[in-house]
Amino acid sequence: MLQGKKGIVFGVANRHSLAWFITKALSGAGAQLAITYQEERFEKKLKKLMENELDDQPLALPCDIRDDAQIESVYQRLGETFGQLDFIIHSVAFASREDLEGKFIHTSREGFLLAMEISVFSLAAIIKPALPLMDKGGNIVTLTYLGGQRAVPNYNVMGVAKAALESSVRYLAADLGEQNIRVNALSPGPINTLSSRGIKGFSSFLDHVRQKTPLQRNIEGKEVGDAALFLCSDLSRGITGETIYVDAGYHIMGS
Amino acid sequence: MEVLEIVKGLISEQLDIDEEQLEMKTTFEDIDADSLDVVELVMALEEEFNLEIADEEVEKIKTIGDIVSYIEKQIA
Repeated sequence: MLQGKKGIVFGVANRHSLAWFITKALSGAGAQLAITYQEERFEKKLKKLMENELDDQPLALPCDIRDDAQIESVYQRLGETFGQLDFIIHSVAFASREDLEGKFIHTSREGFLLAMEISVFSLAAIIKPALPLMDKGGNIVTLTYLGGQRAVPNYNVMGVAKAALESSVRYLAADLGEQNIRVNALSPGPINTLSSRGIKGFSSFLDHVRQKTPLQRNIEGKEVGDAALFLCSDLSRGITGETIYVDAGYHIMGS
Repeated sequence: MEVLEIVKGLISEQLDIDEEQLEMKTTFEDIDADSLDVVELVMALEEEFNLEIADEEVEKIKTIGDIVSYIEKQIA
């Protein structure tokens, strides 16, 4: 479905990462990929993971998305290697652990700004320098969560950031539509990842959600990967600026 | 295989350290494991032993011995 397409995935930490499930789905569909990793500590394990689970080895590049120079050098490398870019996956977010428990009102100024910079501004920051490589159009997919629409216990500043991220998706879709670039978000139900386990009470939250969803279960990483594949393919060519829930239906329920 | 041996194997793979440095009384601090490392380890343990370790339990775990006794209790 993505033969001949080239893309980059920001935000793989380990094999539980949603970005990793997306990488597997896109790679399996024939796309040629680059993956960025944020810290040295992830590099060795990431390379092992790619060797074990992927047939075609992606380009693995270091990138701290708070540093414009590093983002530039990633795209310079992609320009040399790929020559063009068809899609970008943004699966990046961060909040301090102390801001993911208790009440939102206790969020510090520093904690708020940090969460907004890494989880929201980073989307525009990684799209803008990629545009010269996307002159034939393309797709951008980011990851959000229901906590951006509703007050979910302990999600706090990350919920505020996700609301801003979903709004960014709409503005970016409006900005980039004339270049035939679509921008959408996936909003998965809760799932065990390195990030989600940093949220206080997460394990019991998974049980709560399992009981409330129409499908009576939690979602699987592979389902997020498949939804991302849909958004990166021509099957979704009429969709932009949208947030699509991959949550076994949880968000439609009254309680 | 004994639980201790499996736990040691997982930790040494995760943190890239020699199994011989790991004993029952070894703490996360001893092996420089930060909160991310601990979460990764917990997820690896959950998969290996097919169980769920709730956050409240994770907070109580300080040493390798704590991990081993928690798991032995769960799978007994």
